[in-house]
Amino acid sequence: MNDSARSETQQQVLMEVRNLKKYFPIQRGFLRQVVGHVQAVDGVNFFIREGETLGLVGESGCGKTTTGRLILRAIEPTEGDVLYRCNGNLVNVMDIPKSELKAFRREMQIIFQDPFSSLNPRMTVFDIISEPLQIHGIADTVERKDRVRDLLEAVGLKAQHMNRYPYAFSGGQRQRIGIARALALRPRLIVADEPVSALDVSVQAQVINLLEDLQHEFGLTYLFIAHDLSVVEHISDRVAVMYLGKIVELAAADELYANPLHPYTEALLSAVPRTDPDEKSKRILLPGDIPSPANPPSGCKFHPRCRYAQDVCSVQVPEWRELKENHWSACHFAEELSLTGI
Amino acid sequence: MTTNLEAQSRELNKLYEDLDATIDSDEIGLVEAKRLEAIYGASQWQLIWRKFIRNRTALVGGVIILIYYIAAIFAQFLAPYSLTERFVRYIHMPPQRVHFFNEGKFQPYVYDADLEVDENLRKHYTENKDVVIPITYFVHGETYKLIGLFETDVHLFGTEDGMVALLGTDRQGRDMFSRILYGAQVSLTIGLLGVLMSLTFGTILGVVSGYYGGWIDNLIQRLIELVRSFPSIPLWMALSAAVPDHWPPLRTYFVVTLILSVIGWTWLARQLRGKVLSIRNEDYVLAAKLAGASDARIIFRHLIPATFSHIIVVATLAMPSMILAETALSFLGLGLRPPITSWGVLLKEVQNLQSIGLYPWVFTPALAIVIAILAFNFLGDGLRDASDPYTL
Repeated sequence: MNDSARSETQQQVLMEVRNLKKYFPIQRGFLRQVVGHVQAVDGVNFFIREGETLGLVGESGCGKTTTGRLILRAIEPTEGDVLYRCNGNLVNVMDIPKSELKAFRREMQIIFQDPFSSLNPRMTVFDIISEPLQIHGIADTVERKDRVRDLLEAVGLKAQHMNRYPYAFSGGQRQRIGIARALALRPRLIVADEPVSALDVSVQAQVINLLEDLQHEFGLTYLFIAHDLSVVEHISDRVAVMYLGKIVELAAADELYANPLHPYTEALLSAVPRTDPDEKSKRILLPGDIPSPANPPSGCKFHPRCRYAQDVCSVQVPEWRELKENHWSACHFAEELSLTGI
Repeated sequence: MTTNLEAQSRELNKLYEDLDATIDSDEIGLVEAKRLEAIYGASQWQLIWRKFIRNRTALVGGVIILIYYIAAIFAQFLAPYSLTERFVRYIHMPPQRVHFFNEGKFQPYVYDADLEVDENLRKHYTENKDVVIPITYFVHGETYKLIGLFETDVHLFGTEDGMVALLGTDRQGRDMFSRILYGAQVSLTIGLLGVLMSLTFGTILGVVSGYYGGWIDNLIQRLIELVRSFPSIPLWMALSAAVPDHWPPLRTYFVVTLILSVIGWTWLARQLRGKVLSIRNEDYVLAAKLAGASDARIIFRHLIPATFSHIIVVATLAMPSMILAETALSFLGLGLRPPITSWGVLLKEVQNLQSIGLYPWVFTPALAIVIAILAFNFLGDGLRDASDPYTL
């Protein structure tokens, strides 16, 4: 990337993640000796522009949820930086001392996958949504009621439902309550951790549309984590594909879907169901299982399952390269292969 | 199975949506809307209560326990005699039969008892049908302080002369019924206090252990293992041996309570730790953390309320073992000593073969214990079933 292009993108970049790593220790025995590490996130690099939606896809266990939690400082990283643009300054989120973390929490919020475990069954909807306000001492009791009413209406629920308990709501409605809670502090970045995976397909569409509307209304930036490529395609401006703790490809959504530059992306795309029954898709079946992140393959982590793999792949870790403008990939043969998209 | 559950939940959601639509429409009146809103707005406690009152056995247990505690609070008023009032004419008298109708009128009375001693020096009491002792209400007897506040000498029932012994008398001619009531005061409160103390230790240490994990958890768990690896009766013996004889009764009472809860808390701490371990990984706890909530807020707003129903159940089920432990200690002569009277003390006084063979009614305190413990167990079981109202 040349300097002028860099400064141009820097202008709009809200968050930049550099070489982020999280190794969970594996402890065994009476003395809890560390016998190894699960390399949940193994050096990821990406940035998110202000106001965009970055989709993060990958199969379960690839570290996408861990990445989201690391950015939010819900767990501490092993290594790496997360730079966040705040009042014109770049702040390293990982360096914020614990005492100042509370104030920073207002910048970023999360939407969970499971609409059941994400709401405390013993609190009313009002208590749930107003809790962040209470913690930060925003608004008095009367004002809070108005705020909660506004938030409920913003997510398409009725204000008179605020005295109910979560069990009186369906999955989709619960997810809306979770979204209202995430919005309560007026954050700029929302990490949406598979927000629709647990919902019926019809409800999925409603919630996605709601997320898009809210993005325009509140000027939100999303890190949208999902395992469903069709959902991600719909909502994302750019998409990052993750495999075994590493991002293997990142590009604008339509570019990535049309011209994938990594064999793993190609395999994922081949599994997306088509709406046209006449179109014959060639499903690429990946041989074997996803390897254990505690003992990942050498070289390119994808090489044991890659049908284009050559000798170099098992030895050398592929470089993270910008092959076309705004299209990154980590594959030795990205230029030589002609991969099919959709 | 899964599809079945899914279908069920979908059906439920449909039901809720229908109800929603009904509430929103003007078809039904405001009253109906309010009724439906009450269903949705029911708190955890309301749901527990609804489930609990459907359980008959538990309800009976609860009522019995309520009666026990009321009886203990008003023991001085309900008991016709004081703890030490002696009737030398009626030593080891069996329970008297109460007659309710005198000459066609409702007027409870007992007959006086005549004592005969046979050639084996065995006492025989026979009803003397010539002397009717009517039972009267609100009689004036010994003065006492009701609930420790109001000085009065009125007792619920009693006799002008002679005595009424519903459950017989002991070897000093003291009324067993009165003594059991006084014993209840000590036995039931010692259980309550012991459980309260165990709860305080157990809740704090259990929740801290589960929430923080790591070396704190390790330390607390090893401590629990250490405490639990002591054999309980020798430990209690050692501790109560350390209580000096000359201490006032009240202080002995509190120390014995403390001794009982030394082991009691470990059980609760273990249970709560497990509960907290499962709850702290719930997404709503993470949501609170990411909203900037402090540890204290998470513990008191999210973790402890979630374990509350569990705590109550554990407390109810721990009561019997506390009462039994006190009884056992006192029975062995290691716990309370006269003049404090608990059920255990009452049983210790009749620790001999004679009592079993000749005066079985002096064992009625054991009956009181059995009923109390069964009632606590019934109540505890019912509370346990009702405490998780979110499962269908």
